[in-house]
Order: sequence, then structure tokens, then C-alpha cells
Amino acid sequence: MNSDSGSMARPKRGVPEGLWIRCPGCKASLFKKEVEAALNVCPECDHHFYMPAQGRIDQLLDEHSFEEWDTGLRSKDPLEFVDRIPYHQRLLAEEKKTGLPDAAVTGKGFIRGRPVVIGITDFAFMAGSMGSVVGEKLTRAAERATELKLPLIFVSGSGGGARMQEGILSLMQMAKVSAALARHDSSGGLYVCILTNPTMGGVAASWALQGDLTLAEPGALVGFAGKRTIWNTVRLELPEGFQTSEFLLQHGFVDRIVHRRDLRTEVARLIDYCEK
Amino acid sequence: MAISWLPFEKDIQDLESTLERLEAAGGGEGGAEEIRRIRRELTSLKRHKYSSLHPWEAVQICRHPDRPQTLDYVDLIFNEYVELHGDRAFGNDRALRTGFARLDDQKVLIVGHQKGHTLKERTECFYGCAHPEGYRKALAKMKLAAKFNVPVICLIDTPGAYPGIGAEERGQAQLIATSIFEMARVPTPIVCVVIGEGGSGGALGIGVGDRVSMLEHAYYSVISPEGCAGILWKVADEQTKPRAAASLRMTAKDLKRLGVIDEIIPEPLGGAHRDPREMGSTLKQYLRTHLRELGMLSKEDLLDHRFQKFRGMGVFDEVAATTNAD
Ligand SMILES: [Zn+2]
Repeated sequence: MNSDSGSMARPKRGVPEGLWIRCPGCKASLFKKEVEAALNVCPECDHHFYMPAQGRIDQLLDEHSFEEWDTGLRSKDPLEFVDRIPYHQRLLAEEKKTGLPDAAVTGKGFIRGRPVVIGITDFAFMAGSMGSVVGEKLTRAAERATELKLPLIFVSGSGGGARMQEGILSLMQMAKVSAALARHDSSGGLYVCILTNPTMGGVAASWALQGDLTLAEPGALVGFAGKRTIWNTVRLELPEGFQTSEFLLQHGFVDRIVHRRDLRTEVARLIDYCEK
Repeated sequence: MAISWLPFEKDIQDLESTLERLEAAGGGEGGAEEIRRIRRELTSLKRHKYSSLHPWEAVQICRHPDRPQTLDYVDLIFNEYVELHGDRAFGNDRALRTGFARLDDQKVLIVGHQKGHTLKERTECFYGCAHPEGYRKALAKMKLAAKFNVPVICLIDTPGAYPGIGAEERGQAQLIATSIFEMARVPTPIVCVVIGEGGSGGALGIGVGDRVSMLEHAYYSVISPEGCAGILWKVADEQTKPRAAASLRMTAKDLKRLGVIDEIIPEPLGGAHRDPREMGSTLKQYLRTHLRELGMLSKEDLLDHRFQKFRGMGVFDEVAATTNAD
């Protein structure tokens, strides 16, 4: 097992190998260094590329302010689930690939001097899907935010929704995290969720859409059912821009779409409005 | 009564028809003995078969077209039913029903999925797949019930929330998220029973309660066996669907073992559709017992126990943290 799974050893990820990359938004060939310098956003068309959890921490929180929590939580394989490879092997492979022990990173930090509790799901680890470990980390984060009377910020990047390999236990994480968020709400605590690409299924249908404020990065895919499932059911061409941040804003489910470079300022400003 | 048999019930079906033929022939010399022998054989065959069903066979039983649904239980168990239709925003979802009812003399609110029996009903009910307005209606009526100290009974029976364009436009994820969030703190007793299919978020959307139990042959899963088979083996066919059903550990026994449900409510031999009356009376007894127990708790204890119930779910290890040490 990879022994140095700490944050220092996490490799840079998110942008494909090589010096040049092609933007799926505008098809431009971009110099990779330039994209990275722009927070993994295309300088030509503002397409938001994937951003790993560590990158999010660097980008959202004040420098060196992050204190990570619950790094010892590890998934088990209660179903003894086997897909193409056994789940316990898949977990090890994902850890090796990403440097993360599971799909969520949580902790405490400061946003422009304001203390917050933060939780992030990272798409690189099993599509950011939520199993028992992700559920437990987010629940503990919510509970500590309540105890410490701090604003809670979650950043969702979960294409897989609830993690199939943990079956019903994954589904129950939706209820577990929700129950903790409901308590945080009842105690008067602020919860802000930032939707990033992608936020689907059981994650969208639980904590990602339970915030006092719902923000979204531009162009993120957010929805309940997958496009293929919908197409198989209705056999209709899906409308242009279906299930994007802009679609959700238009239909009233998102408060603001915020460019990645503005997120830190925007969240800080909103926290100030919700101070008691 | 015309009973429709499932493919794996072939042996039982054959023996049943042999028995019918013999009985029709009137027994006679040696015949009576033969009838008794076949009856004994049939009973033991059924007991054996239905107590050791493959998960995929259980799925077929819980999808049987004659299986009792929410509105059948309304007739079988409750003394009165006053359906409430309005979600106050968009429309009346026929896949998710809500209404006041009386269990003996006790006032309750029923919230349940309805799939429909006839083709017309099924179309109207979207085969039990609720839209956002269904979840909005369900939550609104639960809050109404809580306001007047009426306990809630949720009967879960859905392949999943409806995957459609309109459903997404109207916030399928949002309404399920809101429902789960609020159910965690609705201050009235909530008893949830999976009576058939417990399909993912669509089931959990009315599935956060003080008691969560399943009928013996029901399933409750994060994804349908078809969906899982499609992801893992590209095609959902007669080979992969049973494999997926087994891999997902979605039977009542599995969920009991995993600590997700409180009780397995036994079904009549062969499934609820073989004897809806017996099923109804078993379910009624279950509901009576648990509503009585929950009714004795203070609101504070009730909500605290509900929180702890879900707080404890999940299986993981916790090793000593290494991050700050190295
Ligand atoms: Zn571009």
C-alpha cells in the first residue's frame, strides 16, 4: 500500500499529459502552463477544466490555512463487490492514481480571514462518488461546523453520485449527510454549496442541493438522471445546454454562477451577509 | 382466480396443475392417497423454493403485476382514506399518493408510490416513477401531518424517480434533496416500509423515518439491477441482471445484515400477491406495533433517535492519520 498518501505527495492532475491541450469548449490548442496558471480555465472561452481537491484548497483558502481532518478514514468492502476488478483492489488502484485515500477531503481553513469548515469531493477518485467514507467525512465536517459555529462550504465534484460498489450503504450516506446538514441548519449555521462539473445522481439529490446558498461554476453538468438513462426513457433529443449550471440557474435551482477566479471573493462576501 | 406464474415457478406450477387434475377427477380408489402425497410434496417444494430465492427471483416477485400496491393496502388495512392531491406548485403526481387515513381509530397520513395495475393506470402513474411535484406534495403533507401530531406511514414501491426532461427542468434532484433533508427533522413519527421496489433516490425521497422495514421479497438498492448490469457488463440481459442483483446485496436479508433496515416483514408463501389479505393483516400488525412504540416517545427523543439511526450507517475503517506526521 502507498504509505505516503499525505497531501504533500499528491501529484498534479486534471490537465492531460503533454505541453499542449485542446479545449473541449472552443477547440483551441492551449499551452498547458498557461491554462494551469489560469486556475485550469481556458483563457480563450472560459471553459472550466477539472480541478483536483488540493487545487481547490489552494484556490479557495488563504495560504497555509488548511487543516485537514479525518485523514485516517478508509473504505471497506462490505458487499465484497466485484466489477471488472474487486472493489478493494479498485480502491488501492484509485489511491495510487490520485494520491487520495478516498474521494473527499475535509477540514478547516480561512477564506480571506474568515474561518470556515470545508469539504470537497474529487472527481479523480472513482468519479467523486459517495461511499461510506465520503459520507462519514462530510457528516463529521457538518457536525464540527455546527459545534464550532462556523460556516460550512462544500464543493461537489461527483459524477458518479452514490457509489455503486457500496450498494445500499452508499444510498444511506445521502440520508446521513442530509441529517447532519439539517441539524446544522436548525442550529442557525450557514451552509454554502459550490456545484462543479459534474454533480449528478445521489450527490445532486442530497447535500449538493441542500445549501442556504447554491453557487455553480459555469458550464458544470448538474442533474439527477444521466443523459443516457433519460434518452432511453423518453427517446427525445435533449435540449441544448440541458443539465448545465446555466440550465439550473434558468430554472431557479442555482443562486449564482461564479467564475472560478471569483469564487473566493464571492464566498467571502456571502459569508459576511449571513453573519449574525 | 387466474394466477400468472413466474418462469422460475415452473416446477410448482406443474405440480399444482397435476393436483388440480386429480382433484377434479374426484380422488377415488388410491386417488385420495395420491392427492395427499402431492399436497405434501407441493408444500415442501414451495417452502424450500420461496425461502431460498435467488435475489433476481425476488425482484421478479416484487415486480409481479398482481402484487399489492399502496392503494391496495389502503383498502386492505385502513378504515378511511382521504386523498390529498395538491403540491401547490405544478401538478398532481399520480405516482406518489398522499392522504389521511385511519388505522383502527388512529389518524395517520399515508404517503406511497403507486405503480398502477392496468396499462391505463400504469401509464397515468408513470409505472411508479415520481416527478419532482410528487416529492413536493409528499413533504408538504408530512409537514401538515406533523403540525397536527399525525404520524406518517410511507409505503415505498418505485423503480426510481422519473428520468425525464421535464423532471430535470423542474428539479428532480432538488426536490428529492429537500425531502430527505426535511424528513430528517419532521417532528412526527414516520414508519417507512418498502413494499416492492426500493429504487435508489426515488425510494429514499420518502424513506427517512424512525422505522424502516421491508417486505420479505422487496428489494432496496442504490441502482436497479438493469442499471448496474449495463454499467458493469455493457448489456442488461438474462445473464447479467441476476449477477447484478446478487452483487448489489439488495434483498431484505442483506439489508438487515448491513444494519440498514429494522425488520423483515414476512410475506405469504409465494409472495404478497398470492394472498393480499394475509399480507395486509401482517403489515397492519407491524404498523400498529411500531406506531404505538413511537407514540410513546417525546418529540425530542423521536428526532434524536431518528438522527442517530442514520448517523450510524456505513462501514469503514479508521487508521491512525499519517498526513501531519510525515
Ligand atoms: Zn476554450
